[in-house]
Amino acid sequence: MNLFLILQMAADAMPHRIAMVSGNDRLSFADLHRLATGAAHLAGHGRKIAYLAENSAAAPVALFGAAWAGAAYVPINYRLAGETTAALLRRLGPHLLIADPRQQDDSRECIAPAAFIAACAAAAADGREPAQAEGGIAVELFTSGTTGPPKAAILRHDNLLAYILGAVEFMGAAEDEATLVTVPPYHIAGISAVLSSAYAGRRIVQLPSFTPEAWVRLAREEQVTQAFVVPTMLQRIVAFARQNGGLELPRLSAIAYGGGKMPQSVIEAAMELLPDVAFTNAYGLTETSSTIALLGPEDHRAAATATDPQVRRRIASVGRPLPGLEIEVRGQDGACVAVGEIGDLYVRGDQVSGEYHETGSLCDADGWFATRDRASCDAEGFLFLDGRADDVIVKGGENISPGEIEDVLAAHPAIAEAAAVAIPDEEWGEAIGLAVVIHDGAMAPATAELADLIRSNLRSSRVPSVIRYYPQLPYNETGKLLRREISAMLADPA
Amino acid sequence: MKNTVKAGTKLDSVVCETQIMALRVPEEDLDICCGGSPMVTGGAKQGEPAAGFDTGTLAGKRYVDEAETMEFLCTRGGAGSLTVNGVPLGQKQAKKLPSSD
Repeated sequence: MNLFLILQMAADAMPHRIAMVSGNDRLSFADLHRLATGAAHLAGHGRKIAYLAENSAAAPVALFGAAWAGAAYVPINYRLAGETTAALLRRLGPHLLIADPRQQDDSRECIAPAAFIAACAAAAADGREPAQAEGGIAVELFTSGTTGPPKAAILRHDNLLAYILGAVEFMGAAEDEATLVTVPPYHIAGISAVLSSAYAGRRIVQLPSFTPEAWVRLAREEQVTQAFVVPTMLQRIVAFARQNGGLELPRLSAIAYGGGKMPQSVIEAAMELLPDVAFTNAYGLTETSSTIALLGPEDHRAAATATDPQVRRRIASVGRPLPGLEIEVRGQDGACVAVGEIGDLYVRGDQVSGEYHETGSLCDADGWFATRDRASCDAEGFLFLDGRADDVIVKGGENISPGEIEDVLAAHPAIAEAAAVAIPDEEWGEAIGLAVVIHDGAMAPATAELADLIRSNLRSSRVPSVIRYYPQLPYNETGKLLRREISAMLADPA
Repeated sequence: MKNTVKAGTKLDSVVCETQIMALRVPEEDLDICCGGSPMVTGGAKQGEPAAGFDTGTLAGKRYVDEAETMEFLCTRGGAGSLTVNGVPLGQKQAKKLPSSD
């Protein structure tokens, strides 16, 4: 199976619908189809297409063109240091490189996004269609490398198609629907946004560089009906809405969020400030071709208005698995844990790739993939995440989840944010370090007060050995908390 | 006429615009028809759907046999309806999910 099928069907059934808007570029599905045919000619001969640029119309053209030709599409983080980028490009082998002008240097041959579009138009001009590949690897995404050197995750045509066919209704979007895409092209959500919007027939509006002002302005200008945001973006949109007494976006009817842990205070504030917007929490990984579980708008409303604490707490859930996927929460002995107990989350299904260039498939013989997320499930199958397995603090043989400590502190009125991380300790192997950010204008509580709070809510083994205040915590550009950096900050005696 | 199909095989109707792609099929040759005529790969259109085989197909819908041993995706809709080994295929009902990306 070939991913190009998505664009083929869209261009057949709705050729004149606008597929995407990027700055002054507006492409219909027929335009996108024609340009992707040109891109397939350019890729050809076994070359991958690498994309080292901000979001532009060239990104979906390259994605679909590479798919047609059977070449991998490899979007690369344009914020990486020059040396790191050069090293990643060397690992790719033969490729056609699309790069922003400021990424270009004399050491490599590349083409700017606008020139690439022009070259695709020229290559497609004679109407010849290149042979369509059978499938194989569609996309390679380098992991963000927060816990080690970047690995190249492999997504096959079959994985991505399984996700789209299972989760998206063909032409399910009305002709006036538009989605605002702010995630960068090298993020799995950036890939899935292109694929699911094309299959649904929904116009994509790209915002390459996020600020709340630009997001609201573009949403208004393009009559955007929905959007996907990472938690830090929603946090900034909420702050902007508070300052301006709302957003004045009457057409905006849905916001999906994911890509990191959403602070409960942020989603609650967002629901209150935007009562007409339907919120969906999407949980997924690069290795699972995007979303594997959803907390839908009904679930959000039910949780927000519930008096039953079991339902109320689901505002912090990532919802239930998509149809066609199986999940299991397993304990250290490998057996499934009881309802409500925390363990390691495993997932199985056609959209799960679990495969890296460096390691091959990490799925076991039965097809299960270890997400390395810690999780629990409630009686009705709602899934709750409890941080990454790699973030668990092992203090004297006891496993401590950072989340339990962070949740206690989140309830303190002066505290905006807190991160508990492992720091080296001679006696215990690892000890708990705590980095705290206080709200603007609030007084920092005494560290002894925080220690007492944790001791009384949890137990004494959860009390941090180091507590420090910081003006802010380090995040990467897609909103992932950089716990390794926090460990280093806390381990530094200064 | 029997078709040897595997997942990913595309078939065209000869009596309407319908095109389907096999998603899941048993390992046996199947007599796959649209509008009462055998489906082919890339053939020219000739004639119309036969009476009784003309309720139509819809792009994006998935079609299955009753026991769900096989599943086809309609990649282009048309006027004919689908049968395998003489038995009509039904539309698979899928739960509509909120957009998550």
